[in-house]
Amino acid sequence: MLKQITKPLLDSCRDLLPIVVVIAFFQLLILRQPLPNLMELLVGMLFVVLGLTLFIRGLELGLFPIGESMAYDFARKGNLFWLLAFAFALGFGTTVAEPALIAVSAEAATVAAEADMIINTDESRSGYAFGLRLTVALAVGFAIVIGVLRILKGWPIQYLIIGGYIGVVLMTMIAPQEIIGIAYDSGGVTTSTITVPLVTALGVGLASSIRGRNPMVDGFGLIAFASLTPIIFVMGYGLVY
Amino acid sequence: MMHINAWIEVLLSTLRDVFPIAAIILGFQLFVLRRKPKNLAKILIGFGFVIAGLAMFLLGLEQALFPLGKLMAEQLTAPAFLLADSSMTEQQLVWYSYLWVYLFALCIGFSTTIAEPALIAVAIKANEVSAGAVSVWGLRIAVAIGVAFGIALGTFRIVTGTPLHYYIIAGYVLVIIQTAFAPRNIVALAYDSGGVTTSTVTVPLVTALGLGLATHVPGRSPIMDGFGLIAFASLFPIIAVMAYAQLGNYLRR
Repeated sequence: MLKQITKPLLDSCRDLLPIVVVIAFFQLLILRQPLPNLMELLVGMLFVVLGLTLFIRGLELGLFPIGESMAYDFARKGNLFWLLAFAFALGFGTTVAEPALIAVSAEAATVAAEADMIINTDESRSGYAFGLRLTVALAVGFAIVIGVLRILKGWPIQYLIIGGYIGVVLMTMIAPQEIIGIAYDSGGVTTSTITVPLVTALGVGLASSIRGRNPMVDGFGLIAFASLTPIIFVMGYGLVY
Repeated sequence: MMHINAWIEVLLSTLRDVFPIAAIILGFQLFVLRRKPKNLAKILIGFGFVIAGLAMFLLGLEQALFPLGKLMAEQLTAPAFLLADSSMTEQQLVWYSYLWVYLFALCIGFSTTIAEPALIAVAIKANEVSAGAVSVWGLRIAVAIGVAFGIALGTFRIVTGTPLHYYIIAGYVLVIIQTAFAPRNIVALAYDSGGVTTSTVTVPLVTALGLGLATHVPGRSPIMDGFGLIAFASLFPIIAVMAYAQLGNYLRR
């Protein structure tokens, strides 16, 4: 019983040890400064360890099972429309309110205003930022739909991803210079800590409940699409805005 | 008692993040699937753990690690530190004046990725699905090496001011070549590992590093050159994970 509690806690400590070592090393030996507020630091670390342990436990109890059970139920129901509707809602709904995306779009609006792509007023900036958020959310919704279709049909992932890469390269050539950095980064910020386990469980669950699909070959890949399509869509947004 | 207020604030914002997901799941369960999932009570407890755990995790990071890490990123990139032991002026700084910055980028990229909860989740799943062929730590370390290299190269790019898309396109070419040779069942997982690396822990610290560099390096502007580190951190894990599988295959032969 005791071991059931201490082992996950020790695992979390081990997960966090590298960060502590890196920060202590640079602070004490390279910058040669003492660690400020040692007490607060220790309390914070305790929170991080407990939080990570709870999160991992919750993952196994809640997020993985619900993702898989929905995948089985959708596969049994056999209604393609509702499965794709769910895929789109999951991609769009989890992205549109993502805090990291809200921050990046606001920054992008500032860049666009400085580059004279839009008028530099609060109103036009927030309009631009909102449009960008919708664009990225649409891109992620679209990505999960394509990804789910791929699992159902068993299309090899590499052709789709390479096709996406060609899309990124072509868009890079014609998109305005200022948007390129933001577009490339937008692919990374869309996938949050709660979305990733859920979407992974959904993909693996679908691949294991459809005959002829291998969960390892076909089950993964949804996140890959969700990090690729926003790059293309954001450059497209920069072109038409 | 500032902790209590901060905790409630973080908890509320986590709830706000979870809300759309919960609403979509609930809506589809009730109106489309019309089935009660097995072990509903357990799943709800699990959701509670996820929300409380993530809130505590974020709060701890924001109280302890982020302020220190961000301050560090700023100090390491500042001319005062870079010029401390030499008689050079700011204009004489060259790309190798920033060696500590590259090393910091390497270490922080590696260590934040090891602690990234989303990556732990994907590694657990991959281990389960592959019946142990993909080891949890093997995958996590491969991804962390990819992120470490990506972020170090990304800081080098900001210092030298070379165009971002050359690096990205070269990375894509490498991914395509590797895809042709990598074991078939690692490809999808490798592509996924690019997207999972950059979330809760990595993004804030890496963004601070990019902005610090772009602010301090002569000739760079934070709004034009500060971007791109996340893109590097999402591209190089793909290369690293495929290399890990290729290496494993090669050693087994």
